[in-house]
Amino acid sequence: MRVSDDQVTPPTIVSGASPLSAEPAVSAAVALTDVSKAYGTGLAQLLALDQVSLTVADGEFVCIIGASGCGKSTLLNLVAGLDEPTSGEVDTGGRRVGLMFQEPALFPWLTAAKNVELALRARGVPRAERRVQTAELLETVRLSGFGDKRPHELSGGMRQRVAMARALAQNADVLLMDEPFGALDAMTRDLLHDELERICAERTLTVLFVTHNVREAARLGDRVIVLSSRPGRVIAEYDVPRRGPRRIDSPEVANMAAILTDRLREEMGRHGS
Amino acid sequence: MAVDQALQGLDRLELGPRTAGRRAAGLVRKTWAAAWPKLLAIALVLLVWQIVHLTGWKKLVLKGPDTVLPDLWQMAQHGQLWAAIGVTMKRALIGYVLAMIIGSVIGVLVARIPPLRAALGSIITGLQTMPSIAWYPFAIILFGLSTAAISFVMVMGAAPSIANGLITGVDYTPPLLLRAGRTMGLRGLALYRYLILPASLPAFVAGMKQGWAFAWRSLMAGELVVTIAGQAPGLGVWLNTYQSNLDFAGAASIIIVILVLGIVVDGFFSKADMALRRRRGLLDPSLSA
Repeated sequence: MRVSDDQVTPPTIVSGASPLSAEPAVSAAVALTDVSKAYGTGLAQLLALDQVSLTVADGEFVCIIGASGCGKSTLLNLVAGLDEPTSGEVDTGGRRVGLMFQEPALFPWLTAAKNVELALRARGVPRAERRVQTAELLETVRLSGFGDKRPHELSGGMRQRVAMARALAQNADVLLMDEPFGALDAMTRDLLHDELERICAERTLTVLFVTHNVREAARLGDRVIVLSSRPGRVIAEYDVPRRGPRRIDSPEVANMAAILTDRLREEMGRHGS
Repeated sequence: MAVDQALQGLDRLELGPRTAGRRAAGLVRKTWAAAWPKLLAIALVLLVWQIVHLTGWKKLVLKGPDTVLPDLWQMAQHGQLWAAIGVTMKRALIGYVLAMIIGSVIGVLVARIPPLRAALGSIITGLQTMPSIAWYPFAIILFGLSTAAISFVMVMGAAPSIANGLITGVDYTPPLLLRAGRTMGLRGLALYRYLILPASLPAFVAGMKQGWAFAWRSLMAGELVVTIAGQAPGLGVWLNTYQSNLDFAGAASIIIVILVLGIVVDGFFSKADMALRRRRGLLDPSLSA
């Protein structure tokens, strides 16, 4: 990797607080406009998201971080169309949306290959084509030799890669990831960061990646969005300029992570006092 | 070091060393490990039986295993016992298959339709507490002294367990898998076919196993109560006959046959259950003999 002084410049801060001046919506793969989500009614009502506006451009990798109770999972459910916002608008322009969770959520009665194939079947891909595509997808996540293994016979990292292949099998343009590497050990997670980056580049995927790991956000994101807690609001947004391949231990990532940590602690402190 | 190579190395390390070589050598030991507790149990029963016999309790009627087992062996040489087993097992099959069909249909309907569940859920559980013998007067009024009466009682005994198993399975489908299935685009019937039903299978098999126990009990009660004229006698009829003749050895032989048949069929369900759990990684590998 090329190392020079100008690589360690601090990242650009696009905006310190909401509301944001939204980017032109034309190239947006995902656009949320004043989205609020409340659960329950009356006094027991809990506001999970409050007037969240954000856009993700086609091919962009956006990380969302926040402490507990920032409504990260609610946000992804809304974008995935598994839930309806209380007010506001979620627009994915008819793009196919795939979702990945912290747990692989593979079907334990199917082999790795059959798990991937089921996603193709649900899309109506004809049988002969399914076999070819399944093999390709397993190749993409480097699990070619493991198609006939059942989920419990695989390691955590391998299961998560099968889940990734399954998400890709949905032919999604937008990949929503809910702390997908949260349950993995640091070494595996580090390798999967590289893999995810490669796959996204190969397929020009748009990714909305939720995590509470600031280093992970700084390592992966083109842009990092910080949410407040209870209710979730966009409180900060950072551009992370990309100069060639990044590493989790590179100075620019550490730099960004420090900024994010400070901002998050400030937000947590608000709830402490 | 290239990422893909590191990843492949990590995969190998995490999956651990292969254990295929150990399998062949372990087969004899495994069979023995599975067999000896059962052999010991049989030996214990025979021992206690023989001791009771030697004490001279009920001396006139109670025979020891040394008389009964040769009697049973004698019976096994003749066609009559096998014919009786044939008759009984045929009834068992008919009744159980009926119970399966009716139980599954009710199970699916109750699991899918909330008002039906509110109405029938507790009735289904209540039916399980009903002693099967109590159904017979009712069944005989409805169907007369016929195989249909026996099948009816078997269905009343077994179908609730089978339905309950299915309902439990559907209820306990992990919500995360449902979320994953919906994201994939599985809806309606496809959601049931590819996700909810396969996910319910272990609970369904458990319900089928319990249903078999109920069905078998109902059948035996039925063969004692319902004597069908003009049909080849089942095991229950033989048991009745031996009772009338005060033939202890004959009655004991039939009891042993009934017990063994029940255990063998139950063993098939246990095997199916174990195979299912092993495939899904729900068994501790060190325990799955």
